[in-house]
Amino acid sequence: MAQSNPYYQNSAQSGGYQYGTQPNVAGPPPQGYNMKDQYRGNQPPMTAPNYPPSTVNGYNNYPQRGYSPNTQPPPQPGYSPNTQPPPQNTMNGPPVSAGYYSNTYPKSAPNPAMPPYSQSQFTPPKSNSPLPNAPQRNSPQPQPNVSNGPHAPSRPPPSMGTSYSSAPPPNVHQNPYQTGTAGYPSNIGPTSHAPPPNVPQSFPNQTSQHGHSLPPPPLPGQQLSAPPSAQPAPPPLPGQQYVPPNPLAAPPLPQPSGAPQAPMTQPPQTNAYQFNGPPPTGSSINRQPGPQPQYPGSLPQPNQQPLSHAMGRMNLSEAERPINLMQEKRLLPPHKHVETPLRFETTADQGMLVPPNRKNCNPSVFCPTLKAVPHTQNLLGKVKLPFGLIIHPFKDLSSLPVISAGTIVRCKRCRTYINPFVSFLQERKWRCNMCFMVNDTAEEFLHHPVTKTYGEPHTRPECTNSTIEFIAPQEYMLRPPQPAVYLFLMDVSHSAIESGYLQIVCDSLLDHLDHMPGDGRTRIGFLTYNGTVHFYRLSEGLSQPQMIIVSDIDDVFIPTPENLLVNLRESKSLVQDLLHQLPLLHTVDAEGEIDTYSALGAALEVGKKLIGASGGRVTVFQQAIPSIGPGMLKKREDPNARAGEQSTTALNPSTDYYKKLALDCSAQQVAIDFFFFNSQYIDIATLSCASRFSAGDMHYYPSLHTVHNPVEAERLGRDLERYLSRKIGFESVMRIRCTKGLAIHTFHGNFFVRSTDLLSLANINPDAGYAVNLSIEDPLTDLSAVCFQAALLYTTSKGERRIRVHTLCIPVVKTPAEVFNSVDCVAVISLLSKMAVDRSVTASVSDAREALMNAMVDPLKSYKETLPQGMTTAGVYVPKSLRLLPLYIQCLLKHRAFRTGISTRLDDRVFAMINFKMQPALYQMLDLHPDLYRVDDLNDEGVITVSGREIPQPHILPLTAESLSQSGAFLLDCGWKMYLLVGRQTSQSFIKDVLDYPQFSNIEEPLSSIPELENPLSEMFHSFVDWLQENRPHHAPISVIRDDSRDRHLVLSRLIQDRTESSMSMQEFLMNLQQKLT
Amino acid sequence: FLIFFAIWQIIAFDELKTDYKNPIDQCNSLNPLVLPEYAIHVFYNLLFLWAFEWLTVLLNLPLIAYNVYRYSKRPVMSGPGLYDPTTIMNADILSYCMKEGWGKLAFYLLSFFYYLYRMIYVLVTY
Repeated sequence: MAQSNPYYQNSAQSGGYQYGTQPNVAGPPPQGYNMKDQYRGNQPPMTAPNYPPSTVNGYNNYPQRGYSPNTQPPPQPGYSPNTQPPPQNTMNGPPVSAGYYSNTYPKSAPNPAMPPYSQSQFTPPKSNSPLPNAPQRNSPQPQPNVSNGPHAPSRPPPSMGTSYSSAPPPNVHQNPYQTGTAGYPSNIGPTSHAPPPNVPQSFPNQTSQHGHSLPPPPLPGQQLSAPPSAQPAPPPLPGQQYVPPNPLAAPPLPQPSGAPQAPMTQPPQTNAYQFNGPPPTGSSINRQPGPQPQYPGSLPQPNQQPLSHAMGRMNLSEAERPINLMQEKRLLPPHKHVETPLRFETTADQGMLVPPNRKNCNPSVFCPTLKAVPHTQNLLGKVKLPFGLIIHPFKDLSSLPVISAGTIVRCKRCRTYINPFVSFLQERKWRCNMCFMVNDTAEEFLHHPVTKTYGEPHTRPECTNSTIEFIAPQEYMLRPPQPAVYLFLMDVSHSAIESGYLQIVCDSLLDHLDHMPGDGRTRIGFLTYNGTVHFYRLSEGLSQPQMIIVSDIDDVFIPTPENLLVNLRESKSLVQDLLHQLPLLHTVDAEGEIDTYSALGAALEVGKKLIGASGGRVTVFQQAIPSIGPGMLKKREDPNARAGEQSTTALNPSTDYYKKLALDCSAQQVAIDFFFFNSQYIDIATLSCASRFSAGDMHYYPSLHTVHNPVEAERLGRDLERYLSRKIGFESVMRIRCTKGLAIHTFHGNFFVRSTDLLSLANINPDAGYAVNLSIEDPLTDLSAVCFQAALLYTTSKGERRIRVHTLCIPVVKTPAEVFNSVDCVAVISLLSKMAVDRSVTASVSDAREALMNAMVDPLKSYKETLPQGMTTAGVYVPKSLRLLPLYIQCLLKHRAFRTGISTRLDDRVFAMINFKMQPALYQMLDLHPDLYRVDDLNDEGVITVSGREIPQPHILPLTAESLSQSGAFLLDCGWKMYLLVGRQTSQSFIKDVLDYPQFSNIEEPLSSIPELENPLSEMFHSFVDWLQENRPHHAPISVIRDDSRDRHLVLSRLIQDRTESSMSMQEFLMNLQQKLT
Repeated sequence: FLIFFAIWQIIAFDELKTDYKNPIDQCNSLNPLVLPEYAIHVFYNLLFLWAFEWLTVLLNLPLIAYNVYRYSKRPVMSGPGLYDPTTIMNADILSYCMKEGWGKLAFYLLSFFYYLYRMIYVLVTY
């Protein structure tokens, strides 16, 4: 294990840059690198055990996940830099580059031992020794890979200056990782890939898989692709399946090892070997088992890619062997677990390109669905995968280089910001990587601010960091930066007051007034509304806030010109006073007559007027359907039709009132954020327009009630905490540029599109995700890589104008096989879900479901065509990179947003769709595919350490009832919520030590808090749960559910691999898929 | 007459695509023209009908039908018009609108010459 570990680290760091690596140049391993590096460099062929992993690593750029436990102590240098945050804000953040991402990665020791349950799972497969055949199938190498390998390297660098391939050579030899860290001049901080939390689940089986993978040399294309996928992409299923059989087979190790090695030396060759596959394949399969033991620890990461390469296709399902399927299911999750830590900081930058200073930005910030771009639209059409980018532009980064330059260097023609992927023809000329225009380098730019050297423009921070922030000079302002302005609109209609939300909101506001981002100019205001609109005057002379009621809601006016919006700092005591009084002012009994109306439209209108002059944020807490005044809505939901096909019109807005309002707001730099607490239908489809087009944010707490639904209430409280204190950018615009030949087709997210590549975002928040669909307008045949740049110009809450620039560069490939091997499954699913939402809205939900099915079947079909004859007999073959596609598609089909046959409230459905559109991919995945852990037997195995705390790493279990048992406690992490399902025969110690109840029958429901007790088990449990919580921007309240509870369905309904009345089980689904493929 | 409208439309969309004109303004300028265009077209057809030019009316019927269909499918909006500033920037919709503009231009041009020909023909025969 220990040995293997080092590899992992490498891999993590590696972020294989150069895709164009030249074949074996034996480079001296970079200093930092341990033996691992050396390995790669030398790549001793025969060192079967060690070497394979290394190779694997090379392939995979799984920056994030790979964190395998590093048994070996010395973190490589790369890491260390990370820990130290690069100096931010420094004018010239020099080598700022050092990892953006915090590297708080715990190095955990690998878990040698398998978890008990895991064993059981595995065992079955073993029993089915017959499997050996399966491997053979796999064995045939995917042609694509082969081609990739060779092509990439071989391809002469395009005429363009960017010659990726050439640069790296020395490094190349070594693993990409190495190059990444070592290769660079110190300046470039090796972005550390934080060592990923170790992968606990290293199953022996997996290891075997790795073995498979070994053979393929790191192909450039793959490398590129790999990194992004790594995080999200869970474990390769197929590989796992194989694995079990392999061990049994216990084939001759030597062959495999030899084969892989060869490839290593010369990438192309390896490919060839792969092609030849047939003979080797069978053997290769077998070999794996042998090697396994050696690398057990390292497994997880390597698995993914290697498998894909070597095996190309895995057989997902075979009708004849249900067992395989079973194995798949079980196997999947564990891997995923490793990969999916939501903490994205861990994700290391992926160094991609040759030039020493080039590395791509964090894949969680900017991630393409295809990590290798097909060279023509034709090829893209053949592959039938969606091509787009998933962008999370304002993500909180633990360290970010900030540069304040007098002039910001940009391309003269296309205005692209200078970035690491431009090429310097000479010192004084650089070629833009988007439009290929040759620009002069400004005199000023030749000076390196930190090292004081002259004439090395390529070492400046702008050219060494693919995520960077500029402090913008005057030219970037149309008006002086606006102050932070916050306006809160609160629904105080009868039902809203009854829910008790007002108290929570006011308490939260009181607690966080000081933490709201802003400076001395920050202003704040409050409005409440029911059938009338209430203003609160907070003028200095008053001893207490004064309420003004405007009842003319059809033509609302601002009652007094000033003091409705006050400086937070100066009038803080008044504001606090008001917040104390608000809940008392509006109580259920306070008003003689019950006012059930809600004049949201009028309130928004007046709110817009109030802060329109400066811009800012309007936060709306809405409980009831707007029923009076402008923008009033009618109930459109037919409760009887919830289960069936809901009409498409109900998914669309019923009026364009809110859309127009949003456009006006957007023009005035006002964003509208919504918190919905409705217990009844309030037509979120229509109301959401107000947020959608003003770049707002939305939160939804169905049926929130402080007494009847404390879980939602807790969630609101915690979310508000985050909401109020998170960063915010005002009056921003985001422009996405791409290399000539590519065009942006569609945008997804909350914004207003102002021109073909410009989004206007009144506010930008760190939790907003965007996506674009791309189309290839002109063939990219003569390019070796394409670049994308997202530039976000915004005003900070401190009144500073800044530009955050993310750049991404991915290679161009020419065969479908190469494309298939570099797919980022999570990004694909994220993009597909967004497209499916669009389809639901324009056509219908059933249309969207069909489209999702096609989106899965078509690529697999065309993939099948790329396979050699004979492999396509039976079973579902998918490229490794897509191994989770069927599972995720099924998740989508069973998700609230797209399911049919199950009663789904219209608002729930609509909000789920909205979430798909506006959530960053990584947060979205948990909602889609919850993680299931067994937590009653937490132990030290595979513990990772994060900031001094030890965090146990239980395996992720497949989402099926088979994973559950009466004798265990299971934690289901659904992203927005967590459920702890306690089995009837759960060990007494767990119930007592963690839940603090004497025995099972004493557990009371509902129980939504778990006491922190001073015993090891409880501490371990809490550190685990806290760690999960930290990995997401919102808080997921935990509810305890007894095995015999009537709430049990909450958990069971999320076990998506199981059959339900109206949907297929995973197995049936795969069989269905298989039929469609033939 | 109609040709002018079609040209205007094409120019506008082209502006939108290449130039950086704000889609809201553009839609605001285009939307009021949609209904008049339809009205003029229908008016001509009524004239033809009145003159018992059956063939001409027949030629124009598909376009009328298409116009009606298109208008019935318009996005939810309170004002008249077809174009929604929030969706117009979608590449599909934009290119569709461009094509529609060109198609209409061609149709109006052809029918213009056809009417001219018919008119001269009628004049000559008398």
